[in-house]
Amino acid sequence: MLLNPVMTSKEQGILTNIILPELGEGITKATIACWHAKVGEDVVVGQEICEAVTDKASFVIEAPAPGKLKSICVDEGQEGLVGGVLGIIE
Amino acid sequence: MQIIVEDWGLVNYLDGYERQKKCVQSVIAGAGDHLILCEHPAVLTLGRRSNPESLLYQRKEIEEHGVMITSVDRGGDVTLHTPGQLIVYPVFNLNKHGKNLKVYMEKLEEVAVDLLKNFGILAISIGGQRGVFVGPDKIISIGIGVRKWVTYHGLGINVNTDLSLFNLIKPCGLNVRMTSMQKLKGHTVPMRDVKAKVVEQFRKYFCS
Repeated sequence: MLLNPVMTSKEQGILTNIILPELGEGITKATIACWHAKVGEDVVVGQEICEAVTDKASFVIEAPAPGKLKSICVDEGQEGLVGGVLGIIE
Repeated sequence: MQIIVEDWGLVNYLDGYERQKKCVQSVIAGAGDHLILCEHPAVLTLGRRSNPESLLYQRKEIEEHGVMITSVDRGGDVTLHTPGQLIVYPVFNLNKHGKNLKVYMEKLEEVAVDLLKNFGILAISIGGQRGVFVGPDKIISIGIGVRKWVTYHGLGINVNTDLSLFNLIKPCGLNVRMTSMQKLKGHTVPMRDVKAKVVEQFRKYFCS
């Protein structure tokens, strides 16, 4: 299926995972300090959606696709694994 | 790679934070790396991992000491900024320096240890505890934020800091005593000399 970048994930009927990115060799997990969007809220690509903290660094994670924040898989204060799913955009 | 150095002098924490955010946006947009030097009037900043128990007094009592309290988007617990402490904000594009937070933090610690060596102070970094120590006492605090792989926040170097204000908190959430270059040397250390060495060290570690 060809994806239309103007259409939201929901319009295209796809789900996009929000992934905890690679933060550097030796870093395997990070704690979610806060979510800037609530479940059900519309988000746009590049919007700052949550913050992960590791050691003494806070890393801003952006929405990888437009759509609605369908679910949060790692709540504030919980640890997520690098490469793991933090939330889902529909 | 060049580093653009800006000395903001004494700047209110929140005003400085707004200026820092603008600088981050310009570096994201393609500007060169910036190294910002400044001092802040007394303020306690609460990082993303702040524990309420790290404040040893009620907020009202602390504010009555003339110390502002604010939450910030950096890693770490609570820390104090006050005149006499040199604040260093490296706004660096890690896309050019390697996208590795651990390596970047370790490099900041190396810069800090090397800096102090220039003033005859033997400091160390301790595995598992970010920052730089002289014996058991902490002299430099480190906490950063990263947006689109551009860094902000940075180091608080206790040059001629009024250390009594640290009695208001558990610095970085630790049962640690703070020290300063002034305390260790037994005299006031010229801030301009420390600034010059900070710039030199950053150029040495990040421009090669």
